[in-house]
Amino acid sequence: MALELIKDKWTNNINEVMLGADKPIKVGGENTLPFLFQEGDMPNRPVVAMEVWDMEPPDWPAHLKAALGDAVKSPVEWAKKAISEFGADLIVLRLQSANPETGNASADKVAETLKSVLAAIDVPLIVIGCGDDQKDNDIMPKCCQAAKGKNCLFGLATEDNYKTLTVSCMADGHSIIAESPIDINIAKQVNILITDMGFDAKRIVMHPTTASLGYGMEYVYSIMERARLAALNGDKMLAMPFILFVGQEVWRVKEAKEEEPGWGDVAKRGHLWEMTTAINMLQAGADILVMRHPQAFKDTKKAIERLMKK
Amino acid sequence: MALSGLEIYKLLPKTNCKDCGFPTCLAFAMQLAAKKASLDKCPHVSAEAKQALEGASQPPIKLVTVGTGDGKLQIGNETVMFRHEETFHHPAGVGFLIEDSLDDAALKKKLDKINKLQFERVGQRIGANVVAIKSASGDAAKFSQVVKSVCGSTKLNIVLVAEDPKVLAAGVEASKDRRPLLHGANKANVDEMVKVAKGAGLPLVAVASGLEEIAELTQKIKAAGVEEIVIDTGPKDLTAKVNDLTYARRMALRKTFRPLGYPAIAFTTSSEPADEIAEAASFISKYAGIVIMKNCEPEEVLPILATRQDLYNDPQKPVQVEPKVYDIGNVTKESPLIVTTNFSITYYTVAGEVEASKVPTRIMACDAEGMSVLTAWAAEKFTPETITRMLGTVNADSLVSHHTIVIPGYVAVMSGKLEEGSGWKIQVGPREASGLPNYLKNFKV
Ligand code: SF4
Repeated sequence: MALELIKDKWTNNINEVMLGADKPIKVGGENTLPFLFQEGDMPNRPVVAMEVWDMEPPDWPAHLKAALGDAVKSPVEWAKKAISEFGADLIVLRLQSANPETGNASADKVAETLKSVLAAIDVPLIVIGCGDDQKDNDIMPKCCQAAKGKNCLFGLATEDNYKTLTVSCMADGHSIIAESPIDINIAKQVNILITDMGFDAKRIVMHPTTASLGYGMEYVYSIMERARLAALNGDKMLAMPFILFVGQEVWRVKEAKEEEPGWGDVAKRGHLWEMTTAINMLQAGADILVMRHPQAFKDTKKAIERLMKK
Repeated sequence: MALSGLEIYKLLPKTNCKDCGFPTCLAFAMQLAAKKASLDKCPHVSAEAKQALEGASQPPIKLVTVGTGDGKLQIGNETVMFRHEETFHHPAGVGFLIEDSLDDAALKKKLDKINKLQFERVGQRIGANVVAIKSASGDAAKFSQVVKSVCGSTKLNIVLVAEDPKVLAAGVEASKDRRPLLHGANKANVDEMVKVAKGAGLPLVAVASGLEEIAELTQKIKAAGVEEIVIDTGPKDLTAKVNDLTYARRMALRKTFRPLGYPAIAFTTSSEPADEIAEAASFISKYAGIVIMKNCEPEEVLPILATRQDLYNDPQKPVQVEPKVYDIGNVTKESPLIVTTNFSITYYTVAGEVEASKVPTRIMACDAEGMSVLTAWAAEKFTPETITRMLGTVNADSLVSHHTIVIPGYVAVMSGKLEEGSGWKIQVGPREASGLPNYLKNFKV
């Protein structure tokens, strides 16, 4: 008896997005659900980006900071260390210092920092604003300009605030992150709004919102599966690679941060929690994972090697 | 897969005798297909037709029970490939491998650790629920002794792992009343293994490296009279293993291919904690019914149990906490009173940050049908009216003297109306829970 397994073939593939200039990498491009290599290909393996802040993060847990060392005091050193010691495929620079609540640094100041980081690294750079819409609209145009020619990925564009960033990215040749609040319709809507402005759909990366393991991760997991199935079935407005800000979410939950009797060593539990969240996101279709802890980072990279083995 | 009305009709006598209470065989068939009538209403149906119809009404993935009593493990009977299509029904068993080569002291130490792997997080109890005992020695007496000792010191469900049917039978003898899962039957030992399983009425694992061989084995096992079967394609590279699990599930669900319509057990192959977690988490998300790990340190097991907890949540039923006021720390009448919704994740995210702040605080979780703050606000479940009502229900006046509540920054727009409607002073807190520690430390009425 020859057993014939059901092999699905899809009509569409996920867009392939090229990032960076000196050592560019491609993300996305898959035409199958994650790791089903008998049905299609994932021409670009999922990548892990290390999250670097432009200021020392005030409230990260001690065991996370200890693992990063003194580098957290300087974005340039931090980024360099992420590449040379931890093997980062990309760097994420979060312009936290511009946030009115954490320094309110000026557009010129953060653009300066951005330039110095760009000068120090050759891997692609992802740039994230400070999280305050108004301030981001003030700093991002300058930052996009400062990074002109470097083919960066800028975020975050949302349904309520996408125009300024879209215009700047278009003018200076960057890709853009479109964010939506765990809602497949809004995810599609943001992509449509951005492309309606003349932006190339093939330069959009989607952030479906991230949630930590144990705190709603399953909602993200299912939104990703739904979006991916729709995309592979032909919906071009959902055919963008996924980015997930795993570190940002994991390092605010109790399981990663706090001692608790019977829960084991918190220092290990933290990075294992971050890695486990990343693994689940990979199984749901993640293309770019943004992470914080060097150990979680290395372990996830190793897991990707294994997952990609055909 | 269920049969259509027409398919059922073909199997009926087609005499339209009306004895079933329906005017025609076809009408009866339609009711059967809609599950609104049962087959025993027709006294004339042939034995073959009966068998075919009953077979078709079986779930595409067999439900298998391991263990007994409250803590028993039930796996299988899954209906979808993707949890958004319905839900994943029977949470995978998570357990640990113990080899019979361990000496008494090491065995005791390991079991102590395993027995402690019960946790309470976000208001739910989660825990490990399986121990797999493997015969490394190949010695029946030794195996029997270790199985007995394990059974005596844990309530968790048992999987017995041995290739030699005689050794396995000795293990069964030592754990009969526990309804262990037997691992397992392969091409070489299947006949004898089936005898052991059938004799004791126990579920049996079919072990082979390819799905085709698995399908042949399960048919043999079933024909010999063992109904409850679990499948195992053995140790493989991570993605190859996940592919096996995926294709078995797909064949069962989409083709009603019975020989693969059984839950699967998967053993991790790595001993390095992070590598093992990568495997175990992937097995949970991609369809394993039981995952057996080697390491049992709590910080390594907790993320796996949380993965199971998350992915087996019913997407249609958000997990809720009881709507009421929760005291965090040693609260007084001067402590802040903050307001949020009763969506479990929202509440526990807020509670976590409040705990971290070390500022004694009351949290009023309003009944918002388990929606998050923004969703509930948009759906008008978290409004000035509902909050005002809740303040009355919990008699908030008797709890705090400052007559002030803190609302989430995301719903700042409702402050005016809420202040007017409730008569309470309103303070707008941070948008994200992560801003709470800072906010609470500087809280002033
Ligand atoms: S009792 Fe059976 S044979 Fe008679 S009408 Fe009903 S289905 Fe047909």
